[in-house]
Amino acid sequence: MPPARVALFVTCLVDLLYPEVGEASVALLRHAGADVAFPAGQTCCGQPPFNSGFVDDARRLARGTLRAFEGFDAVVSPSGSCAAMLRVSYPHLFAGEPEEERARDLAGRTYELTEFLVDRLGVGPVEGRWEGRVTYHDACHGLRELGLKGQARALLSGIEGLELVEMARPDQCCGFGGTFSVRLPEVAVAMADDKAAQIEETGAVAVVAGDAGCLMHMAGRLGRGGSEVRTIHVASLLAEAAGLRAGAT
Amino acid sequence: MSAGEERRGTFAELSHVQLEKPGLRRAIGSAMDRFVVNRANAFAGADLEAMRRTGEAIRAHTVANLDRYLAQFADAAAARGTKVFFAGDGAEAVDYVRGVIRRHGATRVAKGKSMASEEIGLNHALEADGVDVVETDLGEYIVQIAHEPPSHIIVPAIHKTRDDVADLFNDVHRTHLPADPPELTRFARELLRDRFLAAEVGITGVNFAVADAGAFVVVTNEGNGRMCSTLPKVHVALMGMERIVPSFRELALMLPLLTGSATGQRVTAYLNVVGGPRSADDVDGPEELHVVVLDNGRSKLLGTEYRSVLHCIRCGACQNVCPVYRQVGGHGYGAVYGGPIGAVLTPLLDGFERAGDLPNASSLCAACTDVCPVRIPLHEHLLSLRRDVARERAGAAERSAFRTWSGVWSRAWSYRLAARLGRVGQVMFARGGRIRRAPFPLSRWTSGRDLPPIASRTFRERWKRGGGRPGNGSAGGS
Repeated sequence: MPPARVALFVTCLVDLLYPEVGEASVALLRHAGADVAFPAGQTCCGQPPFNSGFVDDARRLARGTLRAFEGFDAVVSPSGSCAAMLRVSYPHLFAGEPEEERARDLAGRTYELTEFLVDRLGVGPVEGRWEGRVTYHDACHGLRELGLKGQARALLSGIEGLELVEMARPDQCCGFGGTFSVRLPEVAVAMADDKAAQIEETGAVAVVAGDAGCLMHMAGRLGRGGSEVRTIHVASLLAEAAGLRAGAT
Repeated sequence: MSAGEERRGTFAELSHVQLEKPGLRRAIGSAMDRFVVNRANAFAGADLEAMRRTGEAIRAHTVANLDRYLAQFADAAAARGTKVFFAGDGAEAVDYVRGVIRRHGATRVAKGKSMASEEIGLNHALEADGVDVVETDLGEYIVQIAHEPPSHIIVPAIHKTRDDVADLFNDVHRTHLPADPPELTRFARELLRDRFLAAEVGITGVNFAVADAGAFVVVTNEGNGRMCSTLPKVHVALMGMERIVPSFRELALMLPLLTGSATGQRVTAYLNVVGGPRSADDVDGPEELHVVVLDNGRSKLLGTEYRSVLHCIRCGACQNVCPVYRQVGGHGYGAVYGGPIGAVLTPLLDGFERAGDLPNASSLCAACTDVCPVRIPLHEHLLSLRRDVARERAGAAERSAFRTWSGVWSRAWSYRLAARLGRVGQVMFARGGRIRRAPFPLSRWTSGRDLPPIASRTFRERWKRGGGRPGNGSAGGS
């Protein structure tokens, strides 16, 4: 079977702020035998205007995404939230619009990274080494819109030296919520403090998650409070533990 | 809710006040955690998803045929001697209840929990008439003497610690009670007992009306609902017009869904079935029974995309799991109904001018949708409401900001250019790999959180440079 022709939807946050997460994603996909492309026309999935109620502006961005990912077997993103936007929200966003069929088509071949690795490519626990205790945050949209739960933990379970300790409420929102975090900053910060306390309680050296937005929010609050706890994207942790050099096949 | 309390501020303002209160978040959080665990235990071994789907189907069917079931209920109730009054809005409902009380020359009212009565501002109206109204649900009693609205649909005093309650009782009743819940409860029970016996009129809510029987049920844990409905010679029950099921058969599912979702109880302590006023051979019960069926904006939701909000059975489960509610409690919303259901229902009933900010009081984490016993897609409604509010009321500045931003970011070349400009601009703000202070609008982030700077080389720049094999360094770290 020829390798799946996979387009990486890197997301704007990873592209601009955490490019190493994109590299790690490519490394993991290639290690699993996928043929990875990066369509240069991609920008942002459109969540900021969509979640603020500005559907016309969201469609403008979404049309660019539809164009960029035409013709690939699968579109894979290191973000449960952005993947859910394509898979769950685009069909609603384009309901009754000329692009409806294309939106449905894209929705049907969009995956979050760990989901794609485990459920589509059959990747098992990643072999490697990473010393330290971590805790895993279940980002909301991956968890509740895509139904992710076990994939990331399964991939992490093979890493020697890595101890995964669950926090009290791993599925409680960290307070990011996209534009929510700047519309209601005080409430968002209180939510982040709630999360930070749960993370600290585990004694973990790092909190791991599959969404750059949540990681940025947790890192921003942990850092402001002088915490030593690191935030790390699950793709970065897996690639680092497996000793995958970015770009290696 | 036009007859109810005016909102005292926006969600941003009110939540600020709540966040400043010491101990509030701990009190609410620990109660919520208890309910979440109890709920899981209550449904352990049950096929909860199947129950939720059936619950949804029952509610959807009932609401879709609401006119028929309400007419059936009214006829059956009238046949049993119950007086049913359909109130178009809060003012009509209040006037009707006032009229009943006036006709009986009553001055003392014992009241069971009723969110509908909060919605129409009934207590204030009756007190203005000189009627002595006492809430008999312990939590409601606590918030009543504290002069506060309920903070939670099921647990009105969820925001108060045992110390708060002891201080309140000692202050109001000039006592020296310890901060011991059994002791405080015993005190309140003795005090309320006299009030039950003295009341001429009892007012309760309705959990479910039963259409074919013309009866209704009241669920309580303290037995106070039964005292209110049997001891006074007149009983007035208030219900939202959607709080109905076709027959008793549906209650076999709806009651466990309600109690399990609300407090994590498999069964309630008291289930009070009220079938009509006292008949000749009854040993107790009221001489007169009134049911006020409240529309107050509900019927205009029938047939709209928001109709499923009328499926709500007021269990409060969405409040129990909401991470926003967890921080600010019900008082942060400044509405009768707080939490996710309130953020959906309030703007629909009260209008966007009064409550158009509430759909934003959510991170759209969807925990509410996941927990709802009748599968109301609460977070999707919040999203749709944001769209409707944006259409009707968005300011020119916000509208043009999103238009400009989406214009720039919808093309790869202008997006890349914006990233490069941002990288130049951030030099003034980034220190040690993070931005601690940034100009508006990013200041709304950096007020409480650090911001990562734009990378020296974006992913797409690395990809291009590597010819499809981006980067040469380690893939780790973020």
